[in-house]
Amino acid sequence: MARHEHRVVSLALAAALFAGSAAAEVRIAFIDPLSGGGAATGILAQKTHQFYIDTINAAGGINGEKIELMSFDNKVNPQESLIQLKKAIDEGARYVVQGNGSAVALAITEAVLKHNERNPGKEVLFFNYAAVDPDLTNDKCNFWHFRFDADADMKMAAMTSVIAKDNRIKRVYLINQDYSFGKAVAAAATKMLGEKRPDIKIVGDELHPLQKVQDFSPYVAKIKASGADTVITGNWSNDMVLLIKAGKDAGLKVNWETYYGGTAGSVTAIGEAGVDTLKQVSEWHKNATPELDATVAAFDKRYPGKENEYSYWRAKTMWEMFAAAAKKAQSNDPVKVARAIEGMKMQTSLGEVEMRADNHQILQPLYVSTLAKAPKYDVEGSGLGWKSDAKVEGKDTALATSCKMERPR
Amino acid sequence: MSNTRRPLNALKIGTVALVALALLPHVPGLGSDFGRSLLSQMGIAVVFALSYNVLFGQTGLLSFGHAVFFGLGGYVAIHVMRAINHGLPLPMPLVPLAGAAGGLLCGLLLGAAMTRRAGTIFALISLGVGELVYAAMFMLPGYFGGEEGITASRTKGFALFGLDLGSQLAVYYLIAAWVLIAAGLMQAFARTPVGRMCFAVRDNAERAEFVGYDTHGVRCIAFAVGALFAGLAGGLHAINYEIVSADAVSAQRSGTVLLMAYIGGAGHFAGPILGAVTLTWLQTSLSGYTSAWLLYLGLFFVLTIRFAPGGLAGLILMHGPIFHTRSFRRVLASYGIALVPTLVMACGAVLLIEMSYRLSTQPELGSRMRLLGIAVDAASVWPWLAAVLMLAGGFLGFRGTWPRVASAWERASEEAGAHRAVEAS
Amino acid sequence: MLELATFSLLNGIVYGLLLFMLTSGLTLIFSMMGVLNFAHASVFMLGAYLSYQVGLWVGFWPALVIAPLLCGLVGAGIERYGLRYVHKSGHVAEILFTFGLSYLIEELVTMIWGRNAVANNVPAAVDFPLFTLFGSTFPAYKGLMMVISVSMLVFLWLALKRTRMGLVIQAALSHPSMASALGHDVPGVFMLVFAIGSGLAGLAGVIGGFMLLTQPTLAHAVGPIVFVIVVVGGLGSLAGAFIASMLIGILQTFAVAIDYSLVDLLRALGFVITRSTPSYEFLSIKVATVAPTVPYLLLVLFLIVRPRGFLGKRDV
Repeated sequence: MARHEHRVVSLALAAALFAGSAAAEVRIAFIDPLSGGGAATGILAQKTHQFYIDTINAAGGINGEKIELMSFDNKVNPQESLIQLKKAIDEGARYVVQGNGSAVALAITEAVLKHNERNPGKEVLFFNYAAVDPDLTNDKCNFWHFRFDADADMKMAAMTSVIAKDNRIKRVYLINQDYSFGKAVAAAATKMLGEKRPDIKIVGDELHPLQKVQDFSPYVAKIKASGADTVITGNWSNDMVLLIKAGKDAGLKVNWETYYGGTAGSVTAIGEAGVDTLKQVSEWHKNATPELDATVAAFDKRYPGKENEYSYWRAKTMWEMFAAAAKKAQSNDPVKVARAIEGMKMQTSLGEVEMRADNHQILQPLYVSTLAKAPKYDVEGSGLGWKSDAKVEGKDTALATSCKMERPR
Repeated sequence: MSNTRRPLNALKIGTVALVALALLPHVPGLGSDFGRSLLSQMGIAVVFALSYNVLFGQTGLLSFGHAVFFGLGGYVAIHVMRAINHGLPLPMPLVPLAGAAGGLLCGLLLGAAMTRRAGTIFALISLGVGELVYAAMFMLPGYFGGEEGITASRTKGFALFGLDLGSQLAVYYLIAAWVLIAAGLMQAFARTPVGRMCFAVRDNAERAEFVGYDTHGVRCIAFAVGALFAGLAGGLHAINYEIVSADAVSAQRSGTVLLMAYIGGAGHFAGPILGAVTLTWLQTSLSGYTSAWLLYLGLFFVLTIRFAPGGLAGLILMHGPIFHTRSFRRVLASYGIALVPTLVMACGAVLLIEMSYRLSTQPELGSRMRLLGIAVDAASVWPWLAAVLMLAGGFLGFRGTWPRVASAWERASEEAGAHRAVEAS
Repeated sequence: MLELATFSLLNGIVYGLLLFMLTSGLTLIFSMMGVLNFAHASVFMLGAYLSYQVGLWVGFWPALVIAPLLCGLVGAGIERYGLRYVHKSGHVAEILFTFGLSYLIEELVTMIWGRNAVANNVPAAVDFPLFTLFGSTFPAYKGLMMVISVSMLVFLWLALKRTRMGLVIQAALSHPSMASALGHDVPGVFMLVFAIGSGLAGLAGVIGGFMLLTQPTLAHAVGPIVFVIVVVGGLGSLAGAFIASMLIGILQTFAVAIDYSLVDLLRALGFVITRSTPSYEFLSIKVATVAPTVPYLLLVLFLIVRPRGFLGKRDV
């Protein structure tokens, strides 16, 4: 068949162009923003993945094969991601890694599902390291998708469990971005606070447009007028930093309970305004363990500079679990690896992690931490860093799922 | 020039285009799924850029919000696709029509108000409307699905004659067919009396008004036609990606289509096609090689405006009159000579840009890098010096060889002029 | 309630003045040269970066002067080596040229300062509460911003209406050939106007840089709203731009404070609205949620009612 020949020819061409060496390789496609607005986080994640892949390769690879990371720039755009996904599969990638943006993740998981249905024998797996829309492991779950980050609800469960123990918190204000994720955060906060601390009054439930607000002072005036003592927000990037800066300007004294207080560049931008009041939920922070993890130290050494502040601990979990699963399956075939990774448990320096079999959601310890002055390890050379308030063990982060997983026969 | 030759020409061009479009996905290199996907994407961009040019090139309306109609058409199409998935007896290949209808409707509604003014005011208004519609996407997730958009499947549901859109090749052929139809219709629109009035309104609105034409009405019609085909492109987008999300109406997409039309050349029908194909290719390929691709794109754009206002098509067409002259060879030869310093200059610029980017955005990768096949160390002063020398030397060389090009051109156009005079007598 | 109203008014005025600071240079360039400068917000961003960088070397106060001057130089260069040649191809080409420049400046800034926000914090010299009202503080740098914004208005008004230079500028614009025949350097005047406009953008950038976030997407974030003000105020009218800035600032701030939706209005009028009412989703959007789109709503409103804006004298 002519068509088939073409594919072989172009594959061979692609292989010759991209392989560099003749040895068999496991190709991983990393599809995330590498240019434009989201590039800062995308490139940092790329480095982190490369770092752990190099570690695996240095130890002999998986089942004797080396891992090769191929990067594709999706400009945080679902449509562009699908083009790049096609390109990646054409170039022989059988694993896809993505994290920035739930919209992109939803597009990719659906495209992967369609691809695997239409091309049996050439299945592709999707490792999601950061997209947190709960839908991905609930209504829209599928066998090919694995999430290595806690979803928005799990993080909220951790956050509210800490709030529940703090009797000083009486009045909570919710402010979120007006789109699916922001609304999910608001809904989860309302529901979980209602269950854990019915006495807490939710004095405001605000939605503002995504990345459009330049001046948050009016919102701060409103928060102040509501008499809130705690603000819960899923805001990220500019929307979070500008909000907290505006709060500082007006002398607003509240606790900021955030999802993304620790993301790249935030602490630098917020500065001392966040000390003792800015809190975040994350699977790791620099002071989570008394001593800095060896791989983090090695990463810092290899990638110095403020732009390279280590923040993707879950990438370590992901690659270690991948290597372990491939070893257990004695194969690098995506379907076999997927079966091996389902339900897998692993001990890490922070505690036990488990990949749930029923919805492919990882269970890992979560930390609620507060920004503090002069901690043992600071962030971005700012002299500020995170201090743990509480740790939630992995098994305690599990929530009920609506996922009805269909497995290949 | 007689009008009777036109239909024949159109037929000839149409046949050539048909054959070319049919064969393209089997050309080695484009034969992969990715190649076909790229071709499909180019097809969508072509329709979109052509629809933009109905506004811009033809009617002189500079819009910064054309993606609104692309996106809204796309949303209508994806909702129709969902309905088909749930049993609506409509063949999938007709879905772009739904997109076109959506685009037309929105174009008429918004256009009636937006086209009351032309020029700068219109440009600003389109910008504002674009922002407003984009914001609405997030406020009404029931209709638009917010950030994650609306998805559907192109394979589920009613299939006409067992036609299945599962493979990228089938999708490509569907898109190619629609590209032909849309391009033909838009070309035909330019020939209608209203289409011709668009040119008049663009060139001198006051005069057109004075001789009794309703300029607002003409602009409004052109706007609606542009919106219709933008909606069609949106429909094709919905079929190709099976997803439409808020970024379909974003300012960025509006900006891209503007760049496509302008870089390709808004003055000629083929210009936007050229621009759409070039820019789509740059977007998907160049971004794989360098993270500075946006800078190159911006540079490309600014240089086009500054030195080649006619765009790529203008540059090519410029050579039409002198093509048959004897001096044409001299022109080509002078190009060849001028090309050398130009390339040196470009290499110098690329070196500078890539080294700066590496040091400022990826310092951890180290200062050693491979550029244009050569290993360089951005930490040492030598590559910088070499780059600056290349840039300056290339520039001086370019200035030196330019008179040669100019004189060759002059001679060729003189010859062409003489040739025309002979023909006329 | 009084507290919230007072603060909304105060915040509205502050935001309005910030917007005016952003637009004044653009209005100047537009009213004088007829060029709608799409790169204006980019020059504003450049001002923020330059002041950050210069501030690191010599401190905030000198940077407040040096950064705008540098931006003025950049503006002069843009006019001298770019716009002047594009001018021949008409206004659309000019707009497109500046549009392309906005891409370039964003990438250049990335190339020099990287992709993440730089630590452009409020300078210590103006980082203290100016006064306290109802327990909320008002930072000094906002006061500084208000002073600068108002002085821009006064400076521009005086410069154009009360100085000889202003007269020459106006003459060069309305009758270029005549002004040129009288021995005035018309291209030079254009360059100067563009330089001053860019310098004002740079000055706005110094303050805006630490009020907002100094990062490569800054220009994109403030770009569209600047144009809305120019339209609503009336293209090219300085006073119109001022009024529009204040109006938008105050309207938007008050809108944020209103937690009602159309549903509440209809219910108050006696209609029965439930979740199953058609377009419930649309009706239930709160005014506060829509607040940041108020400028664009205003834009559309003006387009229908009064296309020339508040104080515009001409249609373009």
